[in-house]
Amino acid sequence: MENQEHQEIILKGIGGSPGICIGKAYLVDKEGVDVVKKYVIREESRSAEVGRFKTAVKKSQTALRRIIENTPEELRQHTQILETHMLLLEDKMIYDRTIDVIEKERVNAEWALKKVVSLVKPIFENMSDDYLKQRAEDITHVSDRIMENLVGAEQVDIGRIDKRVILVARDLSPAETSQIQLERIKGFVTNRGSRASHTSIIARTLEIPAVLGLGNATLKIKNDDIIIVDGETGIVVVNPTEQTLLETEERREQYEIRKALMARKSHLPARTKDGVRISVMGNIELPEEVVSVLDHGGDGIGLYRTEFQYLSRPDFPTEEMLFDNYKGVIDVMGDRPVTIRTLDINGDKAVNYIRDSHELNPALGLRAIRYCLQKPDIFKTQLRAILRAAAFGEVRILVPMISGIEEVEQTIDLLDEVAQCLEKQGVAYKRDVPLGIMIEVPSAVVTADILAEKVDFFSIGTNDLIQYTLAIDRGNRHVAHLHQPLHPAILRMIKRTCDVGREKGIKTYMCGEMAGEPLFAPILLGLGVDELSMNPQAIPLVKNAVRSIDTGDLRDFMDVLMRRTTAEEVQVLVERHFGSVVSHIEPEQQES
Amino acid sequence: MKTAQSRTLRIVNDLGLHARSAAKLAKLAGEAKGGVWIMKNGNTADATSMLDILTLACPAGTEIIVGIDDEADLNTLERIATLVRSGFGE
Repeated sequence: MENQEHQEIILKGIGGSPGICIGKAYLVDKEGVDVVKKYVIREESRSAEVGRFKTAVKKSQTALRRIIENTPEELRQHTQILETHMLLLEDKMIYDRTIDVIEKERVNAEWALKKVVSLVKPIFENMSDDYLKQRAEDITHVSDRIMENLVGAEQVDIGRIDKRVILVARDLSPAETSQIQLERIKGFVTNRGSRASHTSIIARTLEIPAVLGLGNATLKIKNDDIIIVDGETGIVVVNPTEQTLLETEERREQYEIRKALMARKSHLPARTKDGVRISVMGNIELPEEVVSVLDHGGDGIGLYRTEFQYLSRPDFPTEEMLFDNYKGVIDVMGDRPVTIRTLDINGDKAVNYIRDSHELNPALGLRAIRYCLQKPDIFKTQLRAILRAAAFGEVRILVPMISGIEEVEQTIDLLDEVAQCLEKQGVAYKRDVPLGIMIEVPSAVVTADILAEKVDFFSIGTNDLIQYTLAIDRGNRHVAHLHQPLHPAILRMIKRTCDVGREKGIKTYMCGEMAGEPLFAPILLGLGVDELSMNPQAIPLVKNAVRSIDTGDLRDFMDVLMRRTTAEEVQVLVERHFGSVVSHIEPEQQES
Repeated sequence: MKTAQSRTLRIVNDLGLHARSAAKLAKLAGEAKGGVWIMKNGNTADATSMLDILTLACPAGTEIIVGIDDEADLNTLERIATLVRSGFGE
């Protein structure tokens, strides 16, 4: 029996994240610590995520209370600041808002907290009163405290591992995946999960090999077993023989070489096999995310969300503040395009100066361009800042939520008015900036031929387009599963937009979540999308996918695909045709 | 937002609305059933949030308006008024 235990076992799962690693197995349920990473949490994990945040705040309060109580009577004067911190821990502006961000944006607590703090802190930093300025420090202290407890909350075992291991778990929730300390983990295998699961997506972003959906790996693998994880083929070998180890080492070396090539290539343009150049861009919200876009080889900014500056303050930002921010981003990007989307706020985002507008149905209410056209002064301030910043780089203006031509015409009028004013004032600006519109309302798709006459490009926002087309609120868990990017209706919407664009001689871009999924790249190229913009981490993967496609082959594929009648059929078809191709890393390809 | 009742008050303590006085105010406001707001020069802050109050930047001598959404919180409003008028007991 002793022998049996050390026999080589081969398990077959799903390749969740490419790469090959050899190491000791480490079985876990929960674990880890990490730096602040952003990831989307599953619909059903939202309340658990909120709970995790609340627990971290409670722990912080208990710790502070203990410090205060343990301070000798004669030093109690100095604990006043800690009393303030106790209150800050529960202050609505931090506590309620963080919970709000977790729930509304479905992001992890760490990121939500980081985001809220970066919204609130500048308010104080920018105050003229020195005393109030220093409150920014208090906010930092308090958020650090919560963050420590958030990250360290489940610091059971993994924090203490000093050997590099391969995690073996039944399942890893996104929250857990994010807690994995990269330098300590070689890879991971799980019983559950699929290629499209968040865990797999995160593993790919972190670039660690993973095999998922193994069924009963946690039963077959024991602690300290030597295992091989091949995230490309989805094979896990337990107790490999000498021969297998040697072969694996060889393949691993080859893989590393290819990976290095890919990393290097992520900074090269993405061309299809037949030489069609596709721009792969990054989406950003905070100016500092620009760095990440460049690091991942982004060809530009396809979507710069500008709401942040408005949500971070009690009043409206001045033209100067906006200009500084935009120019900062443009300066870093150099001659790469920066697509600035104009203000998309709504009652839903609970900005305090418009909090009296309690709309029953905010998604269908006064938001984005509708809001801006009702408040021309606010809109003009932003347009002025954009035109001024445009003098320093390659700016494109993108207007959200366009549902009809009048909105485009009014925007153009305002741009002209603002430009004239800048001209008169002798301020440097550039009026000749490409003007595009978000295609996210079905009426914009239907009237794309009319809209195309007035604009320079389209940019499809898939998240809202899916919501409005399929009448699905993704935040509603009863219908969230019906939010299907590959629904034939959505594919036809995209196709029509691209067709009209081509006919009218304007480009069609895409900046929704759909653009960041490598598996969808063949479909989007087949439909005729000219440029893709996504979260920075997805850029190398999508570039790689683009390189594996021959647009000549897409015609027949699209003919078949457009005849499929359900999202599921489409998914199966694309997986069958491209599943292995897009996750496969192309060896050296001539680029020049 | 419909304000049921409001009081116009002047900040009298030397330090103005600083962290500790704002905390006292926020604590009182937190007992209210409905919304409690502080307005200064057209800007509005949520009176239950110490940080939000601080963003209004109210040194000594500032005139503020404290409003409640719910008539039932009249007692809270009066207590806040007393607190402010007393200079937060400083």
